[in-house]
Amino acid sequence: MESKLNLTLKVWRQSDRQSQGRLVTYPAEGIPTSASFLEMLDIVNEGLISNGEEPIAFDHDCREGICGSCSLVINGVPHGPEKATTSCQLHMRSFRNGDTIYIEPFRARAFPVVKDLVVDRSAFDRIQQSGGFISVRTGSAVEANSILVAKDDADHAFRAATCIGCGACVAACKNASAMLFVAAKVSHLNILPQGQPEKDERTIRMVQQMDAEGFGGCTNQYECEAVCPKEISVDFIGRLNRDYAAAAAAETVTA
Amino acid sequence: MKSLAQVVFSSFGSSVGKKLLVALTGLALLLFLAGHLAGNLLIYRGPEELNSYAHELHTALHGSLVWIARLGLLAAFVVHVALTISLARDNRAARPHAYAKPATVQASIASRTMILSGLVILSFVVYHILHFTVHVADPSYDALVFDLHGHKVPDVYSKVVKGFSSVPISAFYILSMALLCTHLSHGFASVFQTLGLRSARTSGLLKLLGGLYALVIFVGNVSIPLSVLGGFIKPIAH
Repeated sequence: MESKLNLTLKVWRQSDRQSQGRLVTYPAEGIPTSASFLEMLDIVNEGLISNGEEPIAFDHDCREGICGSCSLVINGVPHGPEKATTSCQLHMRSFRNGDTIYIEPFRARAFPVVKDLVVDRSAFDRIQQSGGFISVRTGSAVEANSILVAKDDADHAFRAATCIGCGACVAACKNASAMLFVAAKVSHLNILPQGQPEKDERTIRMVQQMDAEGFGGCTNQYECEAVCPKEISVDFIGRLNRDYAAAAAAETVTA
Repeated sequence: MKSLAQVVFSSFGSSVGKKLLVALTGLALLLFLAGHLAGNLLIYRGPEELNSYAHELHTALHGSLVWIARLGLLAAFVVHVALTISLARDNRAARPHAYAKPATVQASIASRTMILSGLVILSFVVYHILHFTVHVADPSYDALVFDLHGHKVPDVYSKVVKGFSSVPISAFYILSMALLCTHLSHGFASVFQTLGLRSARTSGLLKLLGGLYALVIFVGNVSIPLSVLGGFIKPIAH
């Protein structure tokens, strides 16, 4: 028979952007170990709703670990204790009966709390819009295979492109820095031939937008890499630094 | 078109640009530490070796070399300190609301105390210059001269012996070197990452070299006050 867990949750509750939030304690009883972390919250919410209380708001969408919607800082670690796992793919078998679990929203000035555990991550959208694209003319499309990409480059770019933009890197960073996200998005295009024409401009603009959003800077502690559900490497941060230095130098000496 | 000043200001005014400058100045200071330690270790070869080295250093290029080095180091130091303080303030502001249950997955203690170790090193450097260069801490150092083949030169050897004969002064130097050691253990590899010269292939090596470099600087420098206090480095017999 499947075992059930009785847990104590300490959940951040905040009714809207302006109000003061606080940690509220909830019992979570009879939780199956096969439930995902979000399903555990669903069960707790069912109880809250049947008692006429406001359910706990949290972000979720695909629940398959690929959309980047779920967030949650679980016992101080974004997406919880399992490596390379999103909150939706974290299962309750990772916890023990009687555990107390702290559930907090991602904390960053650039990610304001909207409600309870839901934060506004539109800062990432604005960083993307500042340079995370390539410009392609409309009209007759070129033959796809006319631009050759070396296998190593394709693999490397793909490893950066696996970033789902969840923001766990920001939540984990001691400085609430978005460097891993920006590095992944910049590198993914900067490595490919299609990304070359706008490479320098992209690098500088995305870093400037990152700063404008109020994220901190990288101090090379690599907490981001440790919690990233897609295991994006901090090598991309080194590459971003290098691309930025080259772009800044090029901008200085060319008109 | 943006002017040169605008381009330079915007490039090096961003968080990544500031860090590039912190890394470059950090690299300059790292190299200086190696040179400084090599000079210091001449004390083990006796007063004549140390004092003649110091004399050559201060008279090279008609005495201008030491001032070129000092001004360069001062510039690197000021840029390094001012920008890291500015970056640290931005970093703090980026998370106005702390976690109720904070956790650290892998960040080292050294990496999390860079500002603290850095500020202690700053106060140490100020004291160190007042102590051994300007002689404010003990003006009697001015009178210490050494007879180097008939030339009267400053007696650096006796200054060191006199300075480190004091337990509190030695203790402060040793504490500062311990914090310098932690600062370097994180700073060394960080320089390479920030300059974009670190990759998965080199990360292990850089971490190891950083640790070794920090240890060499620590052990080498700390050995001197310990040797003075332990009587291995003796005052010049008159």
